[in-house]
Amino acid sequence: MKIRLIEFAHGRSGDKGDSANIGIIAYDDIGYEILRKYLTKEIVKEYFSGICLGDVDRYELPNIRALNFVLHNALGGGGTVSLKHDAQGKTLASALLRMEIEISEEDYKKLKLTKKITV
Amino acid sequence: MKTKIRIASGQGFWGDLLEAPYWQVTKGPIDYLVMDYLAEVTMSILQKQKKKDPNLGYARDVPELMKRILPICLEKDIKIVTNGGGVNPYSCAIEVKRVADSLGLRNFKIGVVLGDDILHRIDEFLQMGIDLRNMETGESISNIKSNLLSANVYFGSQPIVEALQQGAQIVITGRTTDTGITLAPMIYEFGWSYDDYNLMAAGTVAGHVLECGAQSTGGNFLGEWESVENMAEIGFPIAEVYPNGDIIITKHENLGGLVSIETVAEQLVYEIGNPEEYITPECIADFTSIQLEEVEKHRVRIFNVKGKPPTEFYKVSCSYFDGYSAVGTLTYSWPKALSKARKADEIIRRRLEMLGLQFDEIRTEFVGYNSCFGKLAKEIDEDLINEVVFRIAVRGKDYNSVERFGREIAPLVLTGPPGVTGFAGGRPRASEVVAYWPSLIPKSLVQPQIQIVEV
Repeated sequence: MKIRLIEFAHGRSGDKGDSANIGIIAYDDIGYEILRKYLTKEIVKEYFSGICLGDVDRYELPNIRALNFVLHNALGGGGTVSLKHDAQGKTLASALLRMEIEISEEDYKKLKLTKKITV
Repeated sequence: MKTKIRIASGQGFWGDLLEAPYWQVTKGPIDYLVMDYLAEVTMSILQKQKKKDPNLGYARDVPELMKRILPICLEKDIKIVTNGGGVNPYSCAIEVKRVADSLGLRNFKIGVVLGDDILHRIDEFLQMGIDLRNMETGESISNIKSNLLSANVYFGSQPIVEALQQGAQIVITGRTTDTGITLAPMIYEFGWSYDDYNLMAAGTVAGHVLECGAQSTGGNFLGEWESVENMAEIGFPIAEVYPNGDIIITKHENLGGLVSIETVAEQLVYEIGNPEEYITPECIADFTSIQLEEVEKHRVRIFNVKGKPPTEFYKVSCSYFDGYSAVGTLTYSWPKALSKARKADEIIRRRLEMLGLQFDEIRTEFVGYNSCFGKLAKEIDEDLINEVVFRIAVRGKDYNSVERFGREIAPLVLTGPPGVTGFAGGRPRASEVVAYWPSLIPKSLVQPQIQIVEV
């Protein structure tokens, strides 16, 4: 089953030099379990290929049901040097929330039961 | 000892909502108003202003704001802490004193925190073998030394606490951590020990939630943003702090915005790296220990925050001149707006090449199509695109090349694809690129100084 992240999560992104960080936050525990299970470092790196030119770090914050991704070399040289319209990576969280992930039918059913918002 | 204090965020950056600090001091009770004005680039801008006039180099919004709020703050005994002193906190204090004099306000003290500016000490450090190497690239600062524009140490809460202990009503600092300006009042009021790393971490987390203003009270909220009420009068965050380190994040009742677990959580993940190691001069806070609880509407409790001892280093933020850049834009309309913009891009790139201009980078984006998502932008039926902004930017060391680029935008209007407008703003100008250089310095090498200005 396919589901877009924005259907069960929100988030925020920003910059630190040439790295961008994206925090993705699930609305509930089931959502967080699904994020944790499916939103791997590899998937995120692949998704942002050509945008993030360096490594991707992934951290877990189960206490606030969030994953934090740090995308290295992702902002065209960083805040003040970058020629990008979005030099600070402010919209990268939205870009990631637009991602569609493939999840098992069982997980999908669980998620539908507790889902907080739809788009 | 007070049983609780209310610390209100008034500004999240230089350029933030000007009404916010006024609302914070008038729309409900607070004890402290804290205002963050400094971003990475801000220091270099201020350094330039100070070069032209030695009495400048601070956020000029500060004295202007004081005209409006100082009488109120003195009457209500609200203390103010701000890093708006930039690279010249003393002159900022003198200007605030002048404002107070003109309003007939007296009998209070302004504490000034100095010593963070180390631009004049770079050679001294290099001779000691401290090469302030770039935290991201590992390069020594000697590579860019001749182009340095500013170099500032991020002090923490300690000098602010000392200024408060000396009776300051207002504390004006230079480069201070965004979190330190919020943590300092807690240490001062509750007598927290610097060795209690859990309390240091709790105050630091509160500082992180406050440091970007309304970003924790419903501004820039990616969750259910449409449910945020009265954003026009959005309430900036207030941290209600208890001696045991419990924090309630809230806002004035009669202002708009939203304080929920979701809005606070979004701010918690903002601009963080490893959540287990949020490093400040006071501690290493563990963001994975933070517990959030919605105790009432618009009241979120933060508790259980854990911290570890800090490192031996202060962070240093330097900026240096790194060439020139310019940005040009033109707007193309239906039909085939995107195709036209792409054609314009092809034409101008060919012309720049024929002119033999030198750039380190040329970047094209189509606003309305892919300027946010780049390669992730979805293809759309071109007939549905009403218009597209063609945006082309260049960067390079050669001023003449960048300047000449600026003269190649307008000609596209009559020598390129049709249906184009939006060129009336004049030629794009070559502006200086100020690059950022983050590094570390042993704490023992720099000492903050406190100066008290009596009013």
